[in-house]
Amino acid sequence: MDKNRFFFQHYGLSEHDLERYLAAALSAGGEYADLYFEYLSSTSLAMDESMVKSASQGISAGCGVRVVVGERTGYAYTDDLSSERILHAARTAALIASGPAKTPSVGFQEKPARSLYPITLPSVDAEISAKVELVMRADQSARAYDPRIQEVRASYVDELRNILVVGSDGTFAEDSQPLARMNVSCIAKTEGNSARGSSGGGGRVALDFFFGEKTPEYFAKEAARQAILQLDAREAPAGEMEVVLGPGWPGVLLHEAVGHGLEADFNRKQTSAFAGLIGKRVASEKCTVVDNGTMPWRRGSLNMDDEGQPTQNTVLIEKGILKGYLSDKLSSRLMGMADTGNGRRESYEHIPMPRMTNTYMLAGQDDPQDIIRSVKHGVYAVNFGGGQVDITSGKFVFSASEAYLIEDGHVTAPIKGATLIGNGPDVLTRVSMVGNDLKLDEGVGTCGKDGQAVPVGVGIPTLKVDRLTVGGTAKKDPGGFMQ
Amino acid sequence: MRIFQPQSQEKTNQKFLRDSVVHESFMPTELETSSQKLETDLREVAQDIVRRAMAGGASAAECVVREGDEFSTLVRLGQVETLKEAGSRSIGVRVFHGQRSASTYSTDFSREALDRMLSSALSLARITSEDPFSGIPDASQLGSLPGDLDLYSADVYSLPGEERINYARRAEKAALDYDPRIKNSEGGSFDAATGHKVLANSHGFVGEYRRSYCSVAAVPIAQTETGGMQRDYWFSVARNLGRLDSPEEVGKIAAQRTLRRLGGRKVKTARLPIVLDPMVANSILGHIFEGINGDSVYRGASFLAGKLGHKIAGDQVTVIDDGTMVGGFGTAPFDGEGIPTRRTVVIENGVLKSYMLNTYTAKKLGLQTTANASRGLAGTPGIGPGNYFLQPGSKTPKEIIAAIPEGLYVTEFLGHGANLVTGDYSRGASGLWISGGELAFPVEEITVAGNLKELFFNISEIGNDLEFRGAMACPTIRIDGLTVGGE
Repeated sequence: MDKNRFFFQHYGLSEHDLERYLAAALSAGGEYADLYFEYLSSTSLAMDESMVKSASQGISAGCGVRVVVGERTGYAYTDDLSSERILHAARTAALIASGPAKTPSVGFQEKPARSLYPITLPSVDAEISAKVELVMRADQSARAYDPRIQEVRASYVDELRNILVVGSDGTFAEDSQPLARMNVSCIAKTEGNSARGSSGGGGRVALDFFFGEKTPEYFAKEAARQAILQLDAREAPAGEMEVVLGPGWPGVLLHEAVGHGLEADFNRKQTSAFAGLIGKRVASEKCTVVDNGTMPWRRGSLNMDDEGQPTQNTVLIEKGILKGYLSDKLSSRLMGMADTGNGRRESYEHIPMPRMTNTYMLAGQDDPQDIIRSVKHGVYAVNFGGGQVDITSGKFVFSASEAYLIEDGHVTAPIKGATLIGNGPDVLTRVSMVGNDLKLDEGVGTCGKDGQAVPVGVGIPTLKVDRLTVGGTAKKDPGGFMQ
Repeated sequence: MRIFQPQSQEKTNQKFLRDSVVHESFMPTELETSSQKLETDLREVAQDIVRRAMAGGASAAECVVREGDEFSTLVRLGQVETLKEAGSRSIGVRVFHGQRSASTYSTDFSREALDRMLSSALSLARITSEDPFSGIPDASQLGSLPGDLDLYSADVYSLPGEERINYARRAEKAALDYDPRIKNSEGGSFDAATGHKVLANSHGFVGEYRRSYCSVAAVPIAQTETGGMQRDYWFSVARNLGRLDSPEEVGKIAAQRTLRRLGGRKVKTARLPIVLDPMVANSILGHIFEGINGDSVYRGASFLAGKLGHKIAGDQVTVIDDGTMVGGFGTAPFDGEGIPTRRTVVIENGVLKSYMLNTYTAKKLGLQTTANASRGLAGTPGIGPGNYFLQPGSKTPKEIIAAIPEGLYVTEFLGHGANLVTGDYSRGASGLWISGGELAFPVEEITVAGNLKELFFNISEIGNDLEFRGAMACPTIRIDGLTVGGE
């Protein structure tokens, strides 16, 4: 045990203290208890009207105590890390149980450390002037793109989350998780017409990422391009049609259509439309979908989940057959399946549950150009706002923010934003072509479940879905699209 | 369950945002256990931070302190699944060097942490830009509404532990017992919370208030013989226990709402009249709020910018924002900048009468603030609603539906497909088909699309069923001219 020991150093915690807290948590007979210590520091800068209007920094720290008995969970937290307050929280959480006190296993075993985001200087500790430079450059670049770009907002946010998880099963795991993101949004205006565009990205990266790999100019130009393009967008068609999704962020489809429905808690409770479908066909043979928390530097990646379990690369769907669920400690124990390291939580105030990390579809064989050429009348959607799913009925939506008509095998006019709606358990069975161009998103996604927000990633290669409902306003006509 | 791209003004830590999230603004968010109530006077803490910021060279300063308790329990299939009880507190400071400003926050109240919070704010305020419109309100504008606004009742915590669990259990049981097709459940729940907020600034203003909240909910799942599953929910929320609906009533309505979705099918793409139930109609009111929010207006990020005094909606549309209603979910004695809340006529008979403003956006637009500042822990103040509602009409929902030969009754929207810059509107939906003036069969996997510019004018009927379940409330409404996308 020779890691940085953040909480030992900063709060004078010792292993003996941790044992005492766990003993208090199990004092009423709980089967399992864990402690989640979190210290989060963050910075946020926002530029608007070419002025840095807002700058903020902050610290939030606390400890969450969980006690589990069967399917029951008791939870309490404190933002005061004194022994007295943590013991109080432990005893409060303990009340879920009723039985003779149990003692936690003696001694902690530390898991071998991984390093998916090896950063020497976390961006949150870097010079603020460099971050100011980023938002200023984004602002200038977007305005320089086209005189019709009239409003630009650029923001930069970063954080460093130090966590320590200890469990009555001997779990002892700590991690230091950086996260940084830039966003640019623009409004283009002409006489009597306006449109918006936005772009952003980042990951578990250091500040130099934005000075090398993905610069403010890169995001600014993309946002400006989208806004200008949307000035000429036509009405989107309405009704069922062929839809081609571009690579990258349109992987929101997977997140909504299958990802949430495969979280183990919903399947344990039989509330998901995917319950009981393991081993069954849920997608076409061309589809293999994974959730991979082990990709270096990515927004959705983690060395370990918020229960101290190493993350992994989990196959969810293999050649169209449902292979597994995403699990945390509780569901894996109750369902008798392996813990996939997907137990995540927003903060020390929240109970962990199964969540996605980076969810994507593996590349296929098709040339993206051939995919477009195969469509007579349809929609080519390359950028999305976000999505939502009802995991019980399986119905999901995702909202295209940049899309085009496909007419006779050619991408033609840009169309206005439209919501696409489908049914999770069967939408992937209609995937008839999968491109060889897998791409992950830029690092912008945040997933919400039961009021808890966590950073995630998504990705797909170019995909063709033979039938999906497009929520536009223009009528579809056999000879083309009527406006 | 949803995924989204956090927008530029969002902070890294979501929990500090909830105050500015329109639809959740009735939720006290920063919480603390009653046993944790230290003997510290939060007013004194806030005033001390302001004094020290000024002594450190700030030209103006503002401090907010929040603390609160939360309790929640979820019972599933009769068994307790989770019990949560906790409290917390947090502090944020905003400082000015002339026209430059910055903010910092902390959950750690130790002397050392507060010193660091202050010094970071003072140095951060040197790197921001001179903004001629920045600043705290004038001293003459500050104040707090007098009298008891009935926002706090300690009774939300009065139930013994077992009784709280029983509330959750009773709600779920009522849903499960209602019909044999209700075979599963995501549970019944009972939540309670209290919050205490203090705001102080360098004009000598100091104000505080407490709010409480409790709620009971049920989320049943119904299943058909062939296996199709549907889930829906119902809840009751109140500032005190006495005003909460009975768990049995909540469970029964949740069951009815779930059962009516069973066997949903798609329909053909068509342009049809639609009726929105109050829960979903609220989202339309939310789009109006977004569109007249001073932040979007001064930036020209809304198609409603520049429309003050113009007709933006049908004749029968009157929208009020009233932060002063006794006991309201959107009520507070002062806004996020220390200005007494007020009643504002937002839209009167379709004519836009007022934007929703805080001090900054009012100055930008050369107008007066409407006392709608919302203050999170960090960042510049946002804009949030008081009690914001559409004035009800005289028809019952049944009468509105009865007048429609063929149409759609929407009970749920999915997704966030509204673009306030262009007005383009496209959302996933489910609901019930209207045939011959009656609700005929459930419909799902469809879209509803149009443009908000016309949509607001096409609100052709407004129901008499206004009921507050949060800071925003809308009766049943009928909208014509939207495209329903299906097969």
